[in-house]
Amino acid sequence: MSTRPLGRPTTIDDQQMNHPFIEALETIYPPERILTRDAQLLPYESDGLTAFQSKPGAVVIPVSEEEVIATVRLCHEMALPFVARGSGTSLSGGSLPIPDGLVIALNRLNRIKRIDPQQRIAVVEPGVVNLHITEAAQPYNLYYAPDPSSQSICTIGGNIAFNSGGAHCLKYGMTSNHVLGMKVVLADGTVTQFGGESIEGVGIGPDLIGLFVGSEGLFGIALEITVRLMPQPELYRTVLAAYDDIGKAGDAVSLVVASGLLPGAMEIMDRLAIKAAQASVKAGYPDAEALLIVELEGEAPQVEAEFAQLQSIIESSGAFELRVANSEEERARIWKGRKSAFSAVGRLSPDFIVQDGVVPRSRLGEALLAIDAIKAKYGLDVANVFHAGDGNLHPLILYDGREPGALERAEALAGEILALCVSLGGSITGEHGIGMEKRDYLPAMFSEQEIDIMQALRRAIDPKEIANRGKMFPSGEAPALQQHGLHPLERQGVISRE
Amino acid sequence: MRHQIVSDDLRAPEMAEAIEKCVHCGFCLPACPTYNLLGEEMDSPRGRIYLMKNVLEERLAAEEAQPYIDRCLGCMACVPACPSGVEYGDLLVGYRALQEKERQRSPLDALARKLVCETLPYPRRFRLAARTGKIGKALLPALPASFASMLSLLPEKLPPARSLPPVLPAQGEQRGKVALLLGCVQQVLAPEISYAAAHVLAANGVEVHIPPEQGCCSSILLHVGAEEQAQVIARRNFDEIPEDVDAIITTAAGCGSGMKDYPLLFKGQPDAERASAFARKVLDFSAYLAGLGLRAGPGFASERRVVYQDACHLLHAQGHQGEPRTLLNQVPNLRLLSIADAGMCCGSAGTYNIDQPEIAAELARRKVESILAAQPNLVVSGNIGCIMQLRQELARQGWALPVLHIAELLMPAAGRSSAYAGETGWNERTPIG
Repeated sequence: MSTRPLGRPTTIDDQQMNHPFIEALETIYPPERILTRDAQLLPYESDGLTAFQSKPGAVVIPVSEEEVIATVRLCHEMALPFVARGSGTSLSGGSLPIPDGLVIALNRLNRIKRIDPQQRIAVVEPGVVNLHITEAAQPYNLYYAPDPSSQSICTIGGNIAFNSGGAHCLKYGMTSNHVLGMKVVLADGTVTQFGGESIEGVGIGPDLIGLFVGSEGLFGIALEITVRLMPQPELYRTVLAAYDDIGKAGDAVSLVVASGLLPGAMEIMDRLAIKAAQASVKAGYPDAEALLIVELEGEAPQVEAEFAQLQSIIESSGAFELRVANSEEERARIWKGRKSAFSAVGRLSPDFIVQDGVVPRSRLGEALLAIDAIKAKYGLDVANVFHAGDGNLHPLILYDGREPGALERAEALAGEILALCVSLGGSITGEHGIGMEKRDYLPAMFSEQEIDIMQALRRAIDPKEIANRGKMFPSGEAPALQQHGLHPLERQGVISRE
Repeated sequence: MRHQIVSDDLRAPEMAEAIEKCVHCGFCLPACPTYNLLGEEMDSPRGRIYLMKNVLEERLAAEEAQPYIDRCLGCMACVPACPSGVEYGDLLVGYRALQEKERQRSPLDALARKLVCETLPYPRRFRLAARTGKIGKALLPALPASFASMLSLLPEKLPPARSLPPVLPAQGEQRGKVALLLGCVQQVLAPEISYAAAHVLAANGVEVHIPPEQGCCSSILLHVGAEEQAQVIARRNFDEIPEDVDAIITTAAGCGSGMKDYPLLFKGQPDAERASAFARKVLDFSAYLAGLGLRAGPGFASERRVVYQDACHLLHAQGHQGEPRTLLNQVPNLRLLSIADAGMCCGSAGTYNIDQPEIAAELARRKVESILAAQPNLVVSGNIGCIMQLRQELARQGWALPVLHIAELLMPAAGRSSAYAGETGWNERTPIG
């Protein structure tokens, strides 16, 4: 049998795009790791947000950090825009290719180089899948805390670019709170190290890790990342409280926060979302206007003490029913309903948009009332599912795409909700990032001066603006926007970002 | 994803629906064997869906996409992994059938294809052809899925045919009545499987009907695009298999999922209702027996450590994860072991051993590595393709570890323990260590 390398189609004769940068790339990569054919490039033209498509000029698949560095230096030299890509799960079009630019696919840089249980750290390459760190740390009773719901496939490199969160970031913080150090190649080819292996070292000087994490790939590529590992919680206590008024559920969140308790997660679902979850997974939820899920986790004595306190807070918050999970199965059932809520809403409506915004958690009740008023104005239904603990709203706007004008109404409604989030002192995104999707909303949140400072920083690091060009900033050199519309992923209810 | 597919193909609506439901979220990536090995988008389920979409929309030439579609194992691991319910199988099977029809065939290909259609579904002809060496490597290029790999493993000497009566009466109190599908290639290459299945069912109080004039499941004909001939054979099954049975039992994973697709084969035709009624009764051997509960099982005198190897078309396509394990757990002194990545294909699917030798070999190697790590003294599976693949890889690595069909393992319960073990040449081994 033949001994051709994996991943190389042989039924098609070799022909490559005639382009000077392809020739230059051939000095770095063997031909089978430079993808240039239509059938190889098309699957890369979208990430998790298929409303945008843009075909790259080539995709390269490095297997070592030296190859990544050489590639970035080449791009800088030739002013060739590039996008670093992991698993392509961005919901904001963050890893959308630049037309005729280069995609640097980091999936094969997926080694976990070291787990140090004493120091509680892991040293990993950017293409390592989030969940694989936890799996590798499990034998030591450790885990990697940030848990975006795509954690079974999304990579650490992408988590760094978008400062990813997850249901449990309420207690443990986002990705930026878990990166201790990293070696990066900046967009101009400079290779440098930020931070180190100890938590103490991070506090000295400007927070360069903080600058890099969440920069949406505009500064360069992380090559080696040192992340913090956490001890696995010894005990979970999960409660489900039912309310006849969603305002009371919102107030309960404020009471919990004010009491000084810090649960692992605090989630609210409204009537429509409850109905959807019931229809989908028969979660056995009580019939209520709103449900609040609170989960405590940590060492047993502390969790038990906190649990008593939590129970009395919830009893005083006007809940008409309180359920406590008495087994792992009951806990799983409570979460299953919550986690399926997004996809389940697909059962209530042929189309829907999931919005992602943040309000200060003390103003949750106010935000929900305002959303009620907005939806009445548009005559559309909105189901609410959200991370109440950190004020991250995910209103699901229900509409029927076959009805003329319905999509436009739904999009306008979504825009009003974002404006509301900003006016309440919140944010236009909680977890998805700006990417392509929300770049035109950036000025709604930041002043001209702030955006100028960001641009100046970016140009200082990337004078040719080659790293992820066209993202985050409004009116950048935009990748071709072939189709604008709803978030198909969200319309289908696929995302269950917990 | 939005699409602009215009096709009058019979399966176009199903293909379009699968594409429409896919939202490119990437949740299928970790489940996909080729993506795990290659790490490239075009070798992932969502990548292939995107390629097929572009071909069907005529934005991409079919031959450009072909290498990546060919590399799909068809293991269906992506289907249960998909949160938005994409029926990937509907798209893949429809697409492959369409391409098969449109593909320009060389005279040699056409001849091989004709040979497939004329021999494989007919055990008597196939046996003759296999014996006289008229079937062989010439046939392979035209063969789909597990068939090619099975034939590439064609033994020097065929096992003797096993005769089964048209009706095997239930022993003891009767608990059910079923029909048994014998299949095509399996009947020639491993007749002991159907033989064991029939006797295990009978020993467990089930009356087993084995209509001698039954056809094969016809999946192979569909795979090579011979739709009309597939319908002829399927209709023969409608006629030959008694309507008053509780279930129509299959003992090969692909036959089961193929026959469950009969409604699609007869869509919009006069036999549609008959096809649906038939398909509803199709059930895998282990699923049926687990539902009934094992009354007579093998009596192992000491502990046997057993790994159950999930066949993709039982686990992912038919959803039978628990049933075979339930059955095995009912066997005294049998210790069921779990292995890492149990849902990952062993590489037997597809024309893998021929077309994609590196990928197939790597998948087999990984699977055997997981199996050996559990230190079993027996491996069982519910599918001949997996059984042959594992036997081959174990032999290559020098392991004498028996791999049996689950029906064969349960066979000693039928009161033939020692004789049966002697007949088939499998015996117990000490755990590997």
